[in-house]
Amino acid sequence: MRIEYFQLIDRIIDLNLNDLTIRAEANVPTESTIFEGHFPGRPLMPGVLLIESMAQASGWLLIARTRFEKMPFLAALKEVKLRTFVTPGQDLVITAKIMHEGSGFALTEAEVRVDGKTVCNADITFRVVDFPKGEFRASMHEVARRIAFPMETVSHG
Amino acid sequence: MPSTFETVANIIAETCDIPRDTITPESHAIDDLGIDSLDFLDIAFAIDKAFGIKLPLEQWTQEVNDGKATTEQYFVLNNLCARIDDLVAAKGK
Repeated sequence: MRIEYFQLIDRIIDLNLNDLTIRAEANVPTESTIFEGHFPGRPLMPGVLLIESMAQASGWLLIARTRFEKMPFLAALKEVKLRTFVTPGQDLVITAKIMHEGSGFALTEAEVRVDGKTVCNADITFRVVDFPKGEFRASMHEVARRIAFPMETVSHG
Repeated sequence: MPSTFETVANIIAETCDIPRDTITPESHAIDDLGIDSLDFLDIAFAIDKAFGIKLPLEQWTQEVNDGKATTEQYFVLNNLCARIDDLVAAKGK
């Protein structure tokens, strides 16, 4: 995880297009400039970035679902609960499930767990648009490689 | 038992914070009431829950985008309510 660069997922562990679920992992770094301000002497993973991690996991699931033809953008959050503090060095397991798709929007239920315990969860709405082209598209494919996106799940069928 | 329109109007008023007395059967959800697609998604989910149906939003959106239907057919409230009644009736068969 390089939180300064919004790289909030280290790797995708499981992506299931039958169940419409994804599971990803990320390790909160022990050092980051973000912790210098959040907070001095008491470093905490910002809640908004935990939300972003759930959005990114959900997003890769939706990209898989549309076989890289559509790109989701964060549109709304509901039932967001930041249940406990997350600190540097902790290992996150991020999961999401598609609850609705179509009509230009998609909804997921997502959560982050640490040591098996839910630390945050949310219902997330995405606006779904055509997949970007050019540099943006190339960068998304580069990220996909870095996080071990299972290309085989979208390369057939 | 409230009419379909009463239920839908109350959902819209509550979801979008629109004064209930400004919502009429002739209101166009988008053009008259100013509801955007994101809020309409919430309205659709609330309608699904209230009536035990599933509005075919994807199909409607596609039809409008393809020019096969007008937004009035789905977003003027008395038309929307007629669609809901059809879906409720189909569910009971």
